[in-house]
Amino acid sequence: MAGASTRSGMSAALTLIGKRFASSLLTLLLVSMTIFVIAQLLPGDAAQEALGQSATPEQVAALRHEMGLDRPAHVRYVSWLAGMVSGDPGQSLVANMPVSEVIAERLPNSLLLAALSALVAVPVALAIGIGSAMNRGGRIDRALNIVTLSMVAVPEFLVATIAVLIFSVKLRWLPSIAMASSDMGWGDYLRGVAMPILTLSVIVIAQMARMTRAAVIDQMDRPYVEMAVLKGVAPVRIVLRHIMPNAIAPIVNAMALSLSYLLGGAVIVETIFNYPGLASLMVNAVTSRDMPLLQACAMIFCAAYLILMLIADVTAILANPRLRAQ
Amino acid sequence: MSEALHVEVKGLTVTARNAAGEVFPIVSGIDFALKRGEVLALIGESGSGKTTIALTLLGHARPGATIAGGSIRVGEHDLTRLDRAALAQLRGNRIAYIAQSAASAFNPSRTIMDQVIEPALIHDLMPRAQAEAKAVELFRALALPFPDTIGARYPHQLSGGQLQRLMAAMALITDPELVILDEPTTALDVTTQIEVLRAFKAVVLERGATAIYVSHDLAVVAQMADQIVVLSQGRIREAGAAAQILHAPADDYTKTLMAAARPAIRPAPEKIALPAAPLLEIRGMTAGYGKIGKDGRPRIPVLRDINLTIERGATLGVIGESGSGKSTIARVIAGLLPPASGQVLLDGEALPPGLQGRSRDQFRRVQLVFQNADTALNPAHSVGRILARPLAFYHGLKGNAARMRVLELLDLIRLPATLIDRPIGGLSGGQKQRINLARALAADPQLILCDEVTSALDTVVGAAILELMAELRRELGITTMFISHDISTVRAICDDILVLYSGTMVETGPRTAFGVAPFHPYTDLLIGSVPEMRAGWLEESHAGAAPPPIGEISDHPDLCRFLPRCAARVDGLCNTTPPPRRPLTKGSQILCHHGDESLCPL
Amino acid sequence: MMASAFQRAKALPVSGKVGLALVIFWLAVAVFGPMLAPYPVGAFVAYDVFDGQSAKHWLGSDYLGRDVLSRLLSGARYTVGLAAAAALLASTTGTALALTAAVGGAKVDEPLSRFMDMLISIPSKIFSLVLVAAFGSSLGLLLLIAAFTYVPGNYRIARALAVNLAQMDYVQVARARGEGRFHIAIAEILPNMIHPLLADFGLRFVFIVLLLSGLSFLGLGVQPPDADLGSLVRENISGLGEGALAILAPAVAIATLTVGVNLLIDAIGFSGKGKGR
Ligand SMILES: Nc1ncnc2c1ncn2[C@@H]1O[C@H](COP(=O)(O)OP(=O)(O)OP(=O)(O)O)[C@@H](O)[C@H]1O
Ligand code: SF4
Ligand SMILES: [Mg+2]
Repeated sequence: MAGASTRSGMSAALTLIGKRFASSLLTLLLVSMTIFVIAQLLPGDAAQEALGQSATPEQVAALRHEMGLDRPAHVRYVSWLAGMVSGDPGQSLVANMPVSEVIAERLPNSLLLAALSALVAVPVALAIGIGSAMNRGGRIDRALNIVTLSMVAVPEFLVATIAVLIFSVKLRWLPSIAMASSDMGWGDYLRGVAMPILTLSVIVIAQMARMTRAAVIDQMDRPYVEMAVLKGVAPVRIVLRHIMPNAIAPIVNAMALSLSYLLGGAVIVETIFNYPGLASLMVNAVTSRDMPLLQACAMIFCAAYLILMLIADVTAILANPRLRAQ
Repeated sequence: MSEALHVEVKGLTVTARNAAGEVFPIVSGIDFALKRGEVLALIGESGSGKTTIALTLLGHARPGATIAGGSIRVGEHDLTRLDRAALAQLRGNRIAYIAQSAASAFNPSRTIMDQVIEPALIHDLMPRAQAEAKAVELFRALALPFPDTIGARYPHQLSGGQLQRLMAAMALITDPELVILDEPTTALDVTTQIEVLRAFKAVVLERGATAIYVSHDLAVVAQMADQIVVLSQGRIREAGAAAQILHAPADDYTKTLMAAARPAIRPAPEKIALPAAPLLEIRGMTAGYGKIGKDGRPRIPVLRDINLTIERGATLGVIGESGSGKSTIARVIAGLLPPASGQVLLDGEALPPGLQGRSRDQFRRVQLVFQNADTALNPAHSVGRILARPLAFYHGLKGNAARMRVLELLDLIRLPATLIDRPIGGLSGGQKQRINLARALAADPQLILCDEVTSALDTVVGAAILELMAELRRELGITTMFISHDISTVRAICDDILVLYSGTMVETGPRTAFGVAPFHPYTDLLIGSVPEMRAGWLEESHAGAAPPPIGEISDHPDLCRFLPRCAARVDGLCNTTPPPRRPLTKGSQILCHHGDESLCPL
Repeated sequence: MMASAFQRAKALPVSGKVGLALVIFWLAVAVFGPMLAPYPVGAFVAYDVFDGQSAKHWLGSDYLGRDVLSRLLSGARYTVGLAAAAALLASTTGTALALTAAVGGAKVDEPLSRFMDMLISIPSKIFSLVLVAAFGSSLGLLLLIAAFTYVPGNYRIARALAVNLAQMDYVQVARARGEGRFHIAIAEILPNMIHPLLADFGLRFVFIVLLLSGLSFLGLGVQPPDADLGSLVRENISGLGEGALAILAPAVAIATLTVGVNLLIDAIGFSGKGKGR
């Protein structure tokens, strides 16, 4: 009886996950439309702009044709989308090479930076979040609250500046400019990226820790926690065995949100430290109005965000017995 | 110190801190003692400090509160002197707790078995396998269904009554010497309550544990307790043996409590001599939630084939357990939920099904009064604004005229005029419920739909509201639909009664018909489940007997909905054929295969 | 009214008082700052670039030898003014749409919410970069872009609040009374959302300050000769290696502003939940 209900529950969960996946794909499609519309349709005529005011109408028309701008919007959208999906999002106007190549050079750097920062940030944030929740209202909690509250509101460039002041100006431990190239050894690489990692982590830790604390505290007020106390369960066991199974979904959600920040939100950190990542590439694309490159970068960031949120939601589905075993 | 005393509380004071940081007592000067194996009941209204005291017997105070003085001796320990670790050793081991709402006191993400045996495991009392075996044994003793597999389920897969019994299993797994039961049946329907009470009595009390039973319901307490302590505002009003408190209360407050617990039957006001045209009529109404399917039934059907009439000036009581669809009837009449089929006629004219298309006058004539005045009144508005809105909306009253009328209304509901500019937040529950009623009256309605207007209130306050409603009815001649889950209240104030079970009308008739047997089997269960205020009732009551076995149930959609729980079901009939609607000689109509003759022996 | 505001301020915890003081300070700077500037904003007044603190130049000089304090006092007006206007625009638009969705039934709510969900899945920095690339970054456009970027976040929170409130019994009573949707949205639902919405407004303001100064820092925000606090950081980025005061001062200025708002919201105690920056 119980077995049967669990099995059908599992398939219910799978259906739910399937639906969630489909909805992510749909959202991604809508996002691509939005980005396309904003980048390609609204700002006016790219050909006119490229040639300047002095161009003759014939010249403009010729360039429009060459750029494919004379085709109807939906045709251009579909061919762009097809290009994106097949890994060829077009030609970068500024770099004068395929967008895919430009991105292929930068994407691994970004992923590596994000991964290393996450490696530092996640454990620290979990420890701070859970620790301050357990100490709720106490000295440590209040102090951490003020610190993390301030850190989430501090601009990245202040964190970066202070880091530089301390570690390269005063202590002379680390270089103030990040260096990352493929021929570097791991030791040099890590020294080179320590500062960006530090800056990114500080900001992300604060965010994650706050959300983790909120998720844990939200559970702490539930009657089942009081019940556990009255059963004589020890505090650590209460957190690990009673609260965590219920708080895991919001915590993973917090992690996912913060990690998405590590990719797209790293714009400023990458720029400050001259780190050759995807976000700073996107800034260059904006400055030079290199629309194909810009659109491709934007789509990558949006896709990353959606994947992370998808992972968070799937975790939530799997962690919740209501959804898992209906 | 007497050896025989198992629990002894002396001069207990618990304090809390208010928003301004001042310390004030929540309970103070509490003394009581009980012998091993005795049951002591703590009784009082909400906020009187029952739960606070109960928790101190586990050495626990809720966040913000502190045990500030006195001693709490359980066996050889004084709980006020133990440190955290020592308390944790006792809790869930020698002293166990059964919480008010089992539905929220179980962890939603862990299986029942995990949680039930946890106390035994963390206190190292027995190995897992033995604990599980013992749990199954307890499940069986507590009359839970599927005792061998129920432990594998999650809390959301079980009903409130089942969870409450599982909570008892969790408490008893360690064979505690003291069990604290905090309103363990308050959240349950009466018909479920009786089953849980029986299980508790059989398992908790007869194992010889000492128990403290917290409740606001004197009749429930009468079944369980040897001693009763009556609390009010954090102090003991009266304490003594159960029989003495129940039959010869000395304190005035106890007397008021007793009086409020037994509502007086109010003589029906003389019907106004109008032509006996019904004010409200519902014909063949079916309603529910979700999309309406091809068969004309909504995806989640709630009400099936409802037919009723309310005479001008009369009060119709609608009674049924939680989820039976009582509120849904009111929502359909008010237009909040368009019915899937059927008609609602007001004064002979059909009301448009939903809100759209109703005229302002039609809106005015039907007014809705919700159960919980806390949520029914907008906390952002003042008393005056709430009452003035219907006056402006329906009658165009503005400025001074509106203010005069608001003052009149306040007077009508016996509230002081000074409340007019007060925000809703600061009022008491009873005051809010009066405002809630006055807002409906401000419209000058023909019909008011009262949905559980006294359920959220303490008995004494609730009784005063009922008194007020009876008066208003006499003065204004308003027609009322009175929705309640409490049969005694309905019997006390209504002219006609409709019993709803799972969205079908199982019995309808005049009030008098509900004073004499025979009843529809569900009505019988409902009436038989209401605890009486005397010891021994629980043992004598036949309500909630196990239904006789029956063969396979056919898939006819209109079979009797009560079949799974019916003690009078007939194999070969009830499980194959939909029941007919038939009159009983006492004056009511029932939906059942049984008639006058065959119901009598019940 | 004034008295009760004063009472409330007095009841705040220390962190809240600090926050309130910082907020008031920066509002005052935004209004009066340029009048107090010791030197003209664009004037080259110091002999040295990246001077440290001195009696003549309290915050030193910048990469061109201009007075940092004077530039900061004028930059603050851009940062505070633009962000406040954008946050106000984002909050009112988001809340108005949320109320429409809450009382408009599934036909309005579903497409609108779907659309907003889609927008919310474009990370805000990325979204604003695309918008800047497409439309440019005049002051007016920046305001619109910042507001537009944060409408979906406000909408999500306001809608959750409004949909919950729309289920409340008193709203059901109002519907059964025959009240129109507009009355229900404005008189019954909105007044009960004000506190969390104010907190959300504060949060949006912080996000927008960070967004706009980030854009300016990247050279995509406020364009010369105008300069907000982010632009000041950018101008002086060459001083980063030596940790110049000219770069530290505007960065600290932004931080005190945003941290102040955050501390204040937290102390008042109805912090909404945002998606973060
Ligand atoms: N909006 C809704 N959507 C789906 N189902 C609903 C909805 N509202 C109520 N129901 C279901 O309809 C049934 C009847 O609900 P209703 O509120 O009318 O019961 P009730 O008799 O008033 O119960 P109570 O005594 O608990 O107030 C229940 O099973 C409930 O779960
Ligand atoms: S019809 Fe049968 S099952 Fe239903 S109430 Fe009557 S006897 Fe019981
Ligand atoms: Mg109800």
